[in-house]
Amino acid sequence: MSLLVLLGTMAIAIVRLNRLFAVVILFDIFSLLSAALFVSLGAVDVAFTEASVGAGITTILLLGALSLTSKRQRQISWKRHLPAILITVAIGILLLFGLSDLPRFGDPEAPAFGPLYSRYVFGSPHEIGIPNMVTSILASYRGYDTLGETTVIFTAAVTVLGLMVRGSGARTWSGGGMDHHLILRINSKLMLPLILLFALYVQFHGDYGPGGGFQAGVIFAGGFILYCLVFGLESVQSFAPAGLVRVLCACGLGLYILTGLCGMLLGGNFLDYNVLAHDPLHGQHLGIALIEIGVGTTVAASMFAMFHAYAGYEPQA
Amino acid sequence: MIWNVVSWALLLSGAAFVIVGGVGLIRLPDFFTRLHAVSIPDTLGAALISAGLIIQAGLSMVALKLLIILAFLLFTGPTATHALAKTALHGKLAPRTRNPEKTP
Amino acid sequence: MIDAGNMVYWVVVLLMMTGLYVVLASSNLVKKVVGLNIFQTSVFILYISLGSVSGGTAPIHVEGVTNYANPLPHVLILTAIVVGVATSAVALALAVRIHDAYGSVEEDLIEKQETEQA
Repeated sequence: MSLLVLLGTMAIAIVRLNRLFAVVILFDIFSLLSAALFVSLGAVDVAFTEASVGAGITTILLLGALSLTSKRQRQISWKRHLPAILITVAIGILLLFGLSDLPRFGDPEAPAFGPLYSRYVFGSPHEIGIPNMVTSILASYRGYDTLGETTVIFTAAVTVLGLMVRGSGARTWSGGGMDHHLILRINSKLMLPLILLFALYVQFHGDYGPGGGFQAGVIFAGGFILYCLVFGLESVQSFAPAGLVRVLCACGLGLYILTGLCGMLLGGNFLDYNVLAHDPLHGQHLGIALIEIGVGTTVAASMFAMFHAYAGYEPQA
Repeated sequence: MIWNVVSWALLLSGAAFVIVGGVGLIRLPDFFTRLHAVSIPDTLGAALISAGLIIQAGLSMVALKLLIILAFLLFTGPTATHALAKTALHGKLAPRTRNPEKTP
Repeated sequence: MIDAGNMVYWVVVLLMMTGLYVVLASSNLVKKVVGLNIFQTSVFILYISLGSVSGGTAPIHVEGVTNYANPLPHVLILTAIVVGVATSAVALALAVRIHDAYGSVEEDLIEKQETEQA
């Protein structure tokens, strides 16, 4: 598995480098390679999320943090390396001992493939009726976990905004040099509608193929981030003002909770979709569609708000 | 059968071009030459690999999606190269020439 | 244990230890966040490889296919990836504010300033 070798090489290279910009770009490539590894292991939804979230948003946030802090790492003395090497080697040997008890890679008789697997894989086309089992588990069988996850994103956006925003509104960058970048301006104007269309496609096609709310939200935010990078933060003020974006962060989460409460008001449990329509299958479809829209909205607004906070930050030394 | 051979030829030549780009990235001396060596074979390699995969997929939705991905790659690859070169010039990185006093 | 099929686990341990080493040994806070992300990614690879079965396809229902990869680890890792990026965002925001307050994000310089102030 050459992908594994490449991943190992990337990781070792990241350790050795001192220029943080190179470290961030190598980490980006590392995320993309692990997304390819996930595809080869059969996890297409996870690969999609890792490529969009890990290689997309994390790189942007790291670059934003880099531009606001130092760009090189100081050389550290050997006295610091030695305890770290000893600890990591010891823990590594212990982990290898522990991992030797794991079932053989790809074994169909492994404990992971017990009755729960049969319930999800063979029951979900009948109980939920959508082909993508990951979406059906994420949105319906384990809807509580997804509610918690959306709350985590919302909390992170609120924390980043609380840490990094003083005053209100958008600030222009020193992006004046972009006036001469004709090719970049034209290309980003051409790309933006396609990116947003693709985000909507991923959002609503998440039932039938890899996709869903998280990936769609990140791609949506990514389109706007691209536009902001080329045209400056003021350019999105007219159609995505900072106040609206922050309200949308909460609206998505609110839609999720409201869907759950509707289930309770109509006689079922919290987040029970069977009672939302005349028929359990249609109820599941409706419930999943609603919460995916809520998740997509929260994720898109949160990612864009966090980017806004990093980009518009003025250091007060 | 013949289509299989054609698609394999396209895939292998695309991979060969990407490898050539990688060799250029390591061996060439200056930033701008390395940029040139990576971007052009990579774009061509991506196009050839996509064409090979389209032939493998036959005439279906997958082929249409691959075509759209190819169009995207052809758009964004050269744009990224342009952005890199523009930034390098903006950062006062001068290309290496044979006569040092004639650099721009 | 030295089975070629189990190479995934070996590489997972290597990546985990590399990430841990970056977190422990680097003095720059931003590089620590990168190391943490490498650690997280290696754990994701471990979980996904535990859920894969030989000959299994992606867990999307197609007529006539019965051998699917286990979708439950995929769901858990999807949540984990998104939570990981949220954590990294907050960590980086803290690093930026620390840089504002102390003038650098290198751990030893920050410690020196703290002991001088105390």
